[in-house]
Amino acid sequence: MGESMRQVFADTVREAMAEDPRVVVVLAEISRDVFGEHPRVINVGIREQAMVGVGGGLALSGLRPVVHSYAPFLVERPFEQIKLDFGHQDVGGVLVSIGGSYDDPVWGRTHQAPGDVALIDTLPGWRVHVPGHPAEVGPVVRAALAGDDRVYIRLSLRENAAPHPVVEGFTEVRRGGRGVVVAVGPMLDPVLAATRDADVTVLYATTVRPFDAAGLQAAVAASRPDVLLVEPYLEGTSAHAVAEALCAVPHRLRAMGVRRAAELRAYGTVEDHDSAHDLDVLGIAAAVRRLFDHPAT
Amino acid sequence: MAVASGAGFAGIPALFERMSGDEKHEWAAASTLHVLWVLYDRVLNVSPDRLDDPDRDRFLLSKGHGPMAYYAVLAAKGFIDPSTLDNWTHWDSPLGQHPDRVLVPGVEISSGSLGHGLPIGVGLAMGLRIQGRSARVVVLVGDAELDEGSNHEAIALAGRLSLDNLTVVVVDNESGTHGWPGGVDRRFAVEGWQASTVDGRDQDALHGAFTEAHPGRPMVVVARVGKR
Repeated sequence: MGESMRQVFADTVREAMAEDPRVVVVLAEISRDVFGEHPRVINVGIREQAMVGVGGGLALSGLRPVVHSYAPFLVERPFEQIKLDFGHQDVGGVLVSIGGSYDDPVWGRTHQAPGDVALIDTLPGWRVHVPGHPAEVGPVVRAALAGDDRVYIRLSLRENAAPHPVVEGFTEVRRGGRGVVVAVGPMLDPVLAATRDADVTVLYATTVRPFDAAGLQAAVAASRPDVLLVEPYLEGTSAHAVAEALCAVPHRLRAMGVRRAAELRAYGTVEDHDSAHDLDVLGIAAAVRRLFDHPAT
Repeated sequence: MAVASGAGFAGIPALFERMSGDEKHEWAAASTLHVLWVLYDRVLNVSPDRLDDPDRDRFLLSKGHGPMAYYAVLAAKGFIDPSTLDNWTHWDSPLGQHPDRVLVPGVEISSGSLGHGLPIGVGLAMGLRIQGRSARVVVLVGDAELDEGSNHEAIALAGRLSLDNLTVVVVDNESGTHGWPGGVDRRFAVEGWQASTVDGRDQDALHGAFTEAHPGRPMVVVARVGKR
């Protein structure tokens, strides 16, 4: 097992801080030991609203803030601060979460944030990256630090077996004739396993906002307008982006992700939760069969 | 740009009266008037000619409600054309019931939702300190606004960080439903802030409080204006 996404993120930021005096990190206790002491690593204590507000203020002073915590405490608790202290002030910053949707299910619902990307998606002007492998984290973070826009990077303990080159749009991993599967971040490996015997195109995404509409349109044009969207967060988060991309094409869409109909009030393992949400290989394979083995007439 | 005629404080009422239609917040606006005037006339190192100067002082109107006094002072000091006041809140006006930093020259933060200015001010003060700049950050909050928990995260944090380039002005018109037993200043003082309370309509007293030295710690000035 190599370095975690979080460790790669911290190492990349520390390296950037040595060369770029604009880069400053804001934490709320979580990951303080990973970043260690540095004049521009600011641990505000357990104060998540202040963490984001302070990040906005640092941006207003001309710095490039990296605001980092566990996903629920970075996106959900201080959401109004994200909306106003970055977006409405029209300043940039890099928000980086760990924990994914349910990386640590034994901690229960308080430490799960399947709705993070959907929440960020309600705000204009944010780029969203979902790396699927630690080796993809460095390029994503370096690009984010070099800019001055608003970026959300979602890190997870879940990872694919191998990295893919980080590109702006979708990467075609497999080509087939019966439809298109879009796999986001760490969902690629289960999607590849679930589609091993299916004649479908598989697209891989580390960048979900902006959504690669042109890439999806091209893939659909070369295959069929049947799309299975597999995201590691709230189901349907990118369904509207697919619908918009294919608005000129009669198409079918099945969106998979963390189910939104009811709170899954259970602990257990990541595998337990994957199974409950049909995000394991069996669940995805079943969805593949239902969608692609029964094309629209 | 035309600067308001009679740009002294005596000219403010006429500017103020060019705006109308915000009965709910008229008193709130008036309660901040003397504080705003003293800051812009005698304290802040700001100028409409140096809007992007990284060494300018920063004033953050956290309590974005009732910005009429703010707009009047900005007009008097040449940041906005006084004629802009006549159409405030109209579709094509940059002046709304809550100020927008993207639309109004000299406005440092867009505000209106309570409890944002002080944490932003802490970050801004830290950013200036990190960059070795001597500029000062002044945040205006209302006493009722202090109910918002985000302020108390920032009050404690600023004290721990010894942010002596940060000043908070609490305009206290006793509008908080549950109040602050022992006085607003105690809440700050317990976190290590230098704290004083003055008459919020006494411009010399305000000036004296704003220019007190407070090495090694942030400062709060409670400007009492009393209930309406």
